[in-house]
Formats: sequence, structure tokens, C-alpha cells
Amino acid sequence: MAKSLISIHDFSKEEILHILEVAREFEQNKSQTFLSDKVIACIFFEPSTRTRLSFETASNRLGARVIGFPDAGNTSVRKGESLKDTIKMVSNYADLIVMRHPLEGSARYASEVASVPVINAGDGANQHPTQTLLDLYSIRETQGTLDNLTINMVGDLKYGRTVHSLLQAMSHFSPSYIFTAPEELKLPEEYKTFLQQNHIPYTETLDLNEYLQSTDILYMTRVQQERFTNPMEYEKVKNIYRLDAAMLKGVRDNLKVLHPLPRLTEIANDVDETPHAYYFKQAENGVYVRMAIIAYLLGKR
Amino acid sequence: METREKEVLKVSAINNGTVLDHIPSEQLFRVIDILRLNHSQNSITFGMNLDSKTLGSKAIIKISDRFFEDDEINRIALIAPNASMNIIRNFEVIEKRVLSIPETITGIARCMNPVCVTNHQEIETKFKTVEKDGNIELRCHYCEKTTELKDLKIISSNR
Ligand SMILES: [Zn+2]
Repeated sequence: MAKSLISIHDFSKEEILHILEVAREFEQNKSQTFLSDKVIACIFFEPSTRTRLSFETASNRLGARVIGFPDAGNTSVRKGESLKDTIKMVSNYADLIVMRHPLEGSARYASEVASVPVINAGDGANQHPTQTLLDLYSIRETQGTLDNLTINMVGDLKYGRTVHSLLQAMSHFSPSYIFTAPEELKLPEEYKTFLQQNHIPYTETLDLNEYLQSTDILYMTRVQQERFTNPMEYEKVKNIYRLDAAMLKGVRDNLKVLHPLPRLTEIANDVDETPHAYYFKQAENGVYVRMAIIAYLLGKR
Repeated sequence: METREKEVLKVSAINNGTVLDHIPSEQLFRVIDILRLNHSQNSITFGMNLDSKTLGSKAIIKISDRFFEDDEINRIALIAPNASMNIIRNFEVIEKRVLSIPETITGIARCMNPVCVTNHQEIETKFKTVEKDGNIELRCHYCEKTTELKDLKIISSNR
């Protein structure tokens, strides 16, 4: 079985740091076409324009040719082809597969069926490891280190998979956490147990203002409507936090605001003009990190 | 003493084979299912709702001329953790084995996550058994969600 990236747990601390090093190399030298003899399949069984464009840009910057589809709409999948057969076919065409699929566990299964490396670009609400790696890269680029930082996670800490993956990946680097969330969207017990077992300190609050002064990374998230079964619950919490420029007066100089994007109302536009805004650069970083992951899985870095 | 005699009357002794004892009565048919005894050609007798000091009500299965490998029999440990297996030769118990819960479970249980890929494609399920607060849970190899034993659905062998 080829080495794949399905869950952030598939990479050791050393591999994570290696990816971040290689990503920096690509950021400094954006076009390195050493994969010009490779074909990369970007197969998206559900649409995600943002993620797909980032992967396709990464592939193109490395010189690879891209094949694939942006959603399952007109494919043989729609005609009832099994995931196994699709993956078998695509692995005969391509040197690496980037896959997004609405079913949880689909990426792990694809990696077992495929004869080439698979990168999970999101399997339902389960994992999205390239997002986590680009978050780590952004944290390190802005702070100069990953060690001993105070990370304040804000918003949907219950359903947000980026939050869960990031908090586990950061646990390699002795962080302190602040969890800012309403009662309905608090961090699930299993993650708190994980932190306690790893002796990682954390505090919880309902009030976004309370710990801003002691924060290094302010990781904002969007409250996703599709996660709620009860529309009333969603209405209650959807606009609960709104960060604006005035709230950032007096915070640490090194504080950076991260957000996996797209944002709704949780970050006011006036924050964009402050030196603390980093979310657009963070999205750009995704390209370099994905270049690094592709090069690494193909044995070229 | 009285209970033992009743049992003997209800479930006759076997010459050679395996006796599975201390199965919770309500799990009898799932055990039969997991071990695929409904497809077996061996002669099998079973009793259920028998008195048991520890379980309240237990079931017992006696299978003639059939012996199980550890990994085969441990599959039932999930639903009958206190079951015991007696190996019989010439009407005598020559070995008594206790069950242990295996580290991985393949193809017996369904994942309770409705959006797990194993519930939508023809994929054999695979779980890691993990202990949480003294209870056993199954962590899906694919979707990474846990299924508690009380929610466990056994995949029928009749498919
Ligand atoms: Zn599952």
C-alpha cells in the first residue's frame, strides 16, 4: 500500500515538521516543475471549489497534469459505480489521487483500494488533514515557532473538525488552550480527556473578550448550519461571536487571527485592515503546504 | 444441586464437542448467528432461560464434534463476555477456556454511524476494541467513530 495522508494521525511529529520545511521552500520558490511527468487526479464526489482550486494550483505549480471531476454530477458514480471500481480505475491513470467524498471513512477505504498515494481532501465531517497542516504552517510562520503558544479557539468547537484535528496536532508542541464557545457548541468531553491525559492546560469561557490579551493565535470558526438538526438551535448561536478591530486594541503584537474560511459574520471587515488579520495569507499557504504533501508522498522531497 | 439436575434434563450431554455456557439468554440467537451455527451440519442442542446465579437467566449451547479456534470463539466475547467454553471428549470436560475480547473485530458488527462508508458500499467492517470507563467500545477503522456495545448490530450470516 502506498503511503497516503488520510488523517493527521498518519503523520508523525517529524513528518509534520518536514512537510512544513518543504512548504517554506515552495513558498520561497513557487514554481518548481519537477513533477512534469506526473498525472494527479482530483476527484471530488461533492463540490468544494476552495479546496479543489488549492490542490489544482499546487499540482500545476509542481508541473503535474491534473485530471478529475469537480462533483459526482455527471460521472459513472451517479450511474451506480462502486467507490472501489472508481478508485481502481483512477489509480491506473494517475500517480496520486486527491479525493473529497461526503461519506466518512471513504478516504481510508480508497487508500486501501488504490495502488497510488491518496490525499484526503475531506471525508464528510471526519478528517481534513491538509487543512490542519496549513494551519500549523500558518501558526509557525507567524510566531516563528510552534512551541509553548496560547491558542484561543472560538465558535463551533463541538462539530468543527478543523478545531479537533488542530488541537490534536498542536499537542505535540506543548500549547495552552482557551476554548471560547457557547454552551451548545462546547468542546466535546473526549477531547478534554485527551488534553488531560497529555497534561495540556486549557480554560473555557463564553466571553470572547475575556482572554484576548493573553492569546497568541486566535482561531475563529464559522458556525455551520448543516451540522444542526434543529433550526432554532442554529438561530440561537449563529451570530454569537463577532470580532471587530476595536476588540483587538491592546492585544499582543504577535496575535494573529486565523480562520479556515469562508467566513460569515464572525470577523468584521475592519479586522482585515489590522496587522492581526492573517486568514487570507493562511488560505494562500494552503497551496505551498499541499505542494509539499504531494511532493513528499511521491517520494520527491 | 436442584438447578444442575434440571439443566441436565433439559440439555442432554454430548460425547465429543464443545459446550458454551453462561451466555446471557437474550444473546443466544446472536451467538448462533456470529458462529454461523445455523449453517452447521453438526448436531446441536441448546437451552435458554435456564437459572444462573451470576446472570439470572442464561443460555447454553452444545455442539457435537465441533471445536473452535480462539479467534473464532472470541468473536462472541463482545456480547457474551462471561461465557465459558468447555471442550468435551468421551463425555468429560478436558479443557475449560475463558473468552477474551479480541483487539480487532472484522465483519461481525455494523458501524452505528449512518454516514459511514461501510453502510453505503460493500465493505467488510473493521473495528478496534477500546475500553472506556470499564466498558468495551468499537472504534471504526474507517470513519473513526465509536459504537457502544448496547448499540451493537450484528451482521446476519444469512446474507
Ligand atoms: Zn464507521
